[in-house]
Amino acid sequence: MGVAIFKLPDGKDVSVEVPNGESLMQAASNAGIGGIIAECGGSAMCATCHVYVDGQWLDSLSAPLANELEMLDCTLSPRLANSRLSCQIRMTLELSGINVTVPDAQ
Amino acid sequence: MNINSIPELDIDPYLEENLIDPYPMHETIREAGPVVRLKPYPDMVACGRHAEVHAVLNDWETFISGAGVGLTNFNKEEPFRPKSLILEADPPLHTTTRAVLSRILSPKTVAQIRDTFTLVAERMVERCIEKQEIDGIADLAQPYPLKVFPDAVGLGEDGRENLLLYGDMVFNSMGPRNALLAKSAERVQSVTNWIMTNCQRDNLKPNCFGDQIYQAADSGEISHDQAPMLVRSFLSAGVDTTINGIGNALFCLAHHPEQYAKLHASPNLARQAFEEALRYESTAQTFYRTTSTPCQIADAKIPRDIKVLALLASANRDPRKWDEPNAYNIERRATGHVGLGAGIHGCVGQAIARLEGEVVLTAIAKKVKKIEVSGHHTRRLNNTLRALETLPLRLIPA
Repeated sequence: MGVAIFKLPDGKDVSVEVPNGESLMQAASNAGIGGIIAECGGSAMCATCHVYVDGQWLDSLSAPLANELEMLDCTLSPRLANSRLSCQIRMTLELSGINVTVPDAQ
Repeated sequence: MNINSIPELDIDPYLEENLIDPYPMHETIREAGPVVRLKPYPDMVACGRHAEVHAVLNDWETFISGAGVGLTNFNKEEPFRPKSLILEADPPLHTTTRAVLSRILSPKTVAQIRDTFTLVAERMVERCIEKQEIDGIADLAQPYPLKVFPDAVGLGEDGRENLLLYGDMVFNSMGPRNALLAKSAERVQSVTNWIMTNCQRDNLKPNCFGDQIYQAADSGEISHDQAPMLVRSFLSAGVDTTINGIGNALFCLAHHPEQYAKLHASPNLARQAFEEALRYESTAQTFYRTTSTPCQIADAKIPRDIKVLALLASANRDPRKWDEPNAYNIERRATGHVGLGAGIHGCVGQAIARLEGEVVLTAIAKKVKKIEVSGHHTRRLNNTLRALETLPLRLIPA
């Protein structure tokens, strides 16, 4: 079990427990974080679970696959260098404590 | 717990009564355990609860698609057609083909085609309102996807009824070799010839979805041999599915007038109403995987090379996952349903499917005050799809 901190557009930080191997999107959905829509349910097909990963964690993530890169081109909020789909980030021991910012719009 | 200790039920999901009304069977399977065996099919186990269905769909390494996503195990029996390069494939092949299709069918594409899809929906709905007494299937659910999607693929106008026959055949082929499959396979040769001819580049309009597959072959991303096979995927998976998705949504709204009243009052609920229909009356009822290694589902040990039936429609009404699972409620957040699959094989055309559902329901919501059931519907039974043959409706204009 790890922890992810979602920084919401209204400035609040929400800390969510994420079992190892589960995606940040899944954990956010279970916790009812409204800013993570995840319409496609985690197939990297909709770009509505977009998050900005705080710098220090970025290097610990595995590189996005081609289909995630395609979706990152379709985000409603601007795509930045630290943009990722939270459905493609799975909790590991070293990711516990990861900070991600939820964009204003999905 | 070994495989022989898994509860065994004397249930055949492909019996006519279960295809007509699958929900009592789903409940029996869900309540018997997280994984069950079905007496008529000894080489298979079935999962009916959301947690296990979701877990199976999300573990592509253990539960592979390359041995077929129907009852037939391609490791033991010949597939009914050359294997799909996306549906019936595993990584690394799947990763390459999926990337091409994801790009072509992305939300970016949806933004480009939205206006056209909306306009066609509005026109078609207007004609339905003029008629007032309509068959929801023949007058709307069928002609709409049959117009917009093959147009987007770049197909000619003629012979599109072959797409219906082909879809019916492909989805029947994922069940047992029963009378339904035999009937839809009667015209297998002529329909397959038509499909494969229309997958050739010469028959596809430049720059449409089909041609974009060939452009991916030109750039070396996939091979030129693979291109027609990927175009085939558009034609087998992109029509019958959305026809029944829209048909089932109309069925839900006609039978739940209080939900339709909410939609009429707030047409911006259209997308959610479609999503909830995918959960409540799931078009794709089932998909199979095959175990690639000895593994575990819940606390049951499953040997290698066993077929695993994922009862998508049952997971979508699992009370462990959903509050009031048997209620059609368009204000529900239905996200997380598995009606479009999940994981790496989740429907690659889902952004387009949602667009079609949204624009059709929006057009209705704005112009129609009430949808009344004006006669008995009939079902078109299929081994995989929940499909309607007819849906008599009366549209009361706003």
